[in-house]
Amino acid sequence: MNEFQEIFIKYKDLITLAVYGSAIMLIVIGLYAALVKKHLVKIVIGLSIMEAGVNLLFVAVGYIQNGTAPIFSPGNENSAAKMVDPVPQALVLTAIVIGFAVTALALSLVIRLYKHHHTANIDQIKSLKW
Amino acid sequence: MIAAAVYAVMQKDLLYAVLATGVISVVLSVFFYLLQAPDVAITEAAIGIALTTIIFIITIRNTSRDEDEYRDNHVEKF
Repeated sequence: MNEFQEIFIKYKDLITLAVYGSAIMLIVIGLYAALVKKHLVKIVIGLSIMEAGVNLLFVAVGYIQNGTAPIFSPGNENSAAKMVDPVPQALVLTAIVIGFAVTALALSLVIRLYKHHHTANIDQIKSLKW
Repeated sequence: MIAAAVYAVMQKDLLYAVLATGVISVVLSVFFYLLQAPDVAITEAAIGIALTTIIFIITIRNTSRDEDEYRDNHVEKF
């Protein structure tokens, strides 16, 4: 843990840039997959990747430099000034669970569509067109 | 993580694409730990690696594994 934190403090600007860039790249890649791909499971994978990018962006926004985890432990009850923001973490913790439920619902709809149309390709499901 | 995401999007075999999303979740939980969010890291590791992969694999077992599979022989039924 200490080696991780030393590396993190030493290259903090570079790692912050890498985290924000990774979040934006994940959102863009997931959006591409959800918009361009034809297979229904690929579209759900794209939504899952996009959700991961949004979660990483929220946690990165709530982070402050050299902060500690927002946990009060015996011995350092007065360390609230150095803690990172716990509100985006609670939000992301809820969003991960909700995202899992949304993925499960979407995949159940994919299974129902496959059983009804015998294909998972959205070009061949005629009832999706209008 | 970006390489795993690109692999997950570009891979034609859906089983390997789903496993690549599991790799994304591993790296993402390490990032959450480095950003001082250990509870989010634990939740992401449990849900993103195990449960999401399991439900994707159940879906692939019930549907097709190949992305480019055009089931033209079943179209005449409708």
